[in-house]
Amino acid sequence: MGKIEVNRERCKACGLCISVCPKKLICFSRAANSQGFYPAEPGPEEECTGCALCAEACPDVAIEVWR
Amino acid sequence: MQKRLFIKGNEALAYGAIKAGCRYYFGYPITPQNDIPEYLSRHLAKVEGCFIQAESEVASINMLLGASAAGARAMTSSSSPGISLMQEGISYLAGSELPGVIVNITRSGPGLGGISASQGDYFQATRGGGHGDYRTIVLAPHSVQEMHDLTMLAFDLADSYRNPAVILADAVLGQMQETMEDRPYQPMELSPKDWTLTGASGREPNLIKSLYLKEGAMEKHNWKLFEKYQRMKKEVRYELTREEDAQLMVVAFGTPARVSKTAIRLARTQGLKVGLFRPMTLFPFPAQALLDLSQRVKRFISFEMNTGQMVEDVKLSVARDADVHFYGHPPGSPPVPEELLDAIKKVY
Amino acid sequence: MKQVFKRPQSLKDVPFHFCPGCHHGTIHRLVAEAIDAFNFRERTIGVAGVGCSVFVYEYFHIDVAEAPHGRAPAVATGLKRVRPDRIIFTYQGDGDLASIGMSEIVHTANRGENITVIFVNNTVYGMTGGQMAPTTLLGQQTTTSPYGRNFNQDGYPIRMAEMLATLEGTAFSVRVALNSPANLMKAKKAVRQAFEMQMNDMGFSFVEILSSCPTNWGLNPLKANERVERELIPYFPLGTFKERKESDHL
Repeated sequence: MGKIEVNRERCKACGLCISVCPKKLICFSRAANSQGFYPAEPGPEEECTGCALCAEACPDVAIEVWR
Repeated sequence: MQKRLFIKGNEALAYGAIKAGCRYYFGYPITPQNDIPEYLSRHLAKVEGCFIQAESEVASINMLLGASAAGARAMTSSSSPGISLMQEGISYLAGSELPGVIVNITRSGPGLGGISASQGDYFQATRGGGHGDYRTIVLAPHSVQEMHDLTMLAFDLADSYRNPAVILADAVLGQMQETMEDRPYQPMELSPKDWTLTGASGREPNLIKSLYLKEGAMEKHNWKLFEKYQRMKKEVRYELTREEDAQLMVVAFGTPARVSKTAIRLARTQGLKVGLFRPMTLFPFPAQALLDLSQRVKRFISFEMNTGQMVEDVKLSVARDADVHFYGHPPGSPPVPEELLDAIKKVY
Repeated sequence: MKQVFKRPQSLKDVPFHFCPGCHHGTIHRLVAEAIDAFNFRERTIGVAGVGCSVFVYEYFHIDVAEAPHGRAPAVATGLKRVRPDRIIFTYQGDGDLASIGMSEIVHTANRGENITVIFVNNTVYGMTGGQMAPTTLLGQQTTTSPYGRNFNQDGYPIRMAEMLATLEGTAFSVRVALNSPANLMKAKKAVRQAFEMQMNDMGFSFVEILSSCPTNWGLNPLKANERVERELIPYFPLGTFKERKESDHL
């Protein structure tokens, strides 16, 4: 049982978190942030295990994780 | 009709170098001059030239020393902090009486500074910069055309006097794009290079050095260099704009000179009789021309992108009864004509 | 639920200026995590190189000195000799460390200075727009190797971690990468171990981190990671090349 929060304004939509999530829960948001990036958006909380691979991969320290 | 190119200053300079027969370039990346090594990495190969991205600016200037000693036309380029690194090498070039072209696309300083244009390296270029009693030829373009033309001249002057030549430009000139005429290279008449290191086959060995230990030798060598710098005075070049009836002359080189031309047009529409004296050689400095002008014009304002460097040479050159003012726009954003106009009005 | 991942305290809560997908951000975080883990933020001093690494002082809650290009190991030497009980690290790119800074890094390692060097190897000059670096691979096109790096013209890429490992003064030399979660975890351990070596007075520690530069490689961040796997790792193998078990400092 886990949860992540993405800081939308810090995310640069690099896609690394999306590629490392073992359950493919993260996707690109349809709403841009103030920089013009379409940030990563967490998927359904029930599925997240809080493995934190997304946060580890994020070069912008934009993700926090709870488990 | 002359072919025209729409080209960036840095590239026009590199293009001019190849035209003048430069086949050896050694350099290191630094903003805002990277277009020069990048252009030459593409084009020197096409003329069977040699491009090396050296490990540092220290290595670059020393590779230039070697290539020049072997008789080649060689060039290096950098920007302010990199030029600082080259000072020892430039001193060696001057002491060994070797030609070579060193391009400084000046950025702001001191230290790491920033990447915007400045003229903070005027002292570095004209006062030696490195150790010892030497001068380098210093040429100051103010347009993309001159980035091209003065580079060709630099190679000829360097060979003619067996002395390093510096092209002192700035980030604005390096990065801007303008049209220029694709003028042909018109070589100066030069004597053959019989002093180069090519292997002492059928001749006495040649020696390239700057070490003089024997009694009296160093003194003799220093006077020899001094005589050379006196002879260089005939290479002075400058441009006058609206000087005929001027009450005040702006003195400026490089990007501020371009800005001055607009400011002077504006001033004239407001009835101010202002002109521009634009040195194109900073060494030899057009001191005599300024002295002559100052017999009639008694007010000068030196306009520079620094906190006061060339103004000292202007003061040294003009007649005792002429006033020399200074307007400085230290690096950051490029200066605008209106601010020079304000400064002119304060001292007119 | 409790929080299992958050920003390290040593890292300021400000946006990074780095390009999307650039590993500099990740490496900054790994270094900050190590500083937090050992709780020595208040006695750590960083030395920034010149390049994309120059903005280290914007991001860490620590004292930082800016060194001229390539000279960070020398500046770090000065700092450590005056303050031997402080934790001193340099943060340098491949142009800064392996090109203009080659003399400084070799001699700092050779003297066995008890500092940590974080070496970000992305095979190009990033800040200045993608010129060839000493670690650019053969055949790699850059803005100053437009026809691809050729050993006749440009020599071979340099393997710093192996080379520094041959020096007696080097206590720890390791190469890691960030292209996959598994490699990232190994990188985290290596950075931590390097700082631990310094804490225990073991001598000179060196961590080479294979990184991507999506902008100058002309690849998106995912493809850039694939390039690290496919092209960089075969030439720059991952692993520990030297690991001293006992300090030779008296």
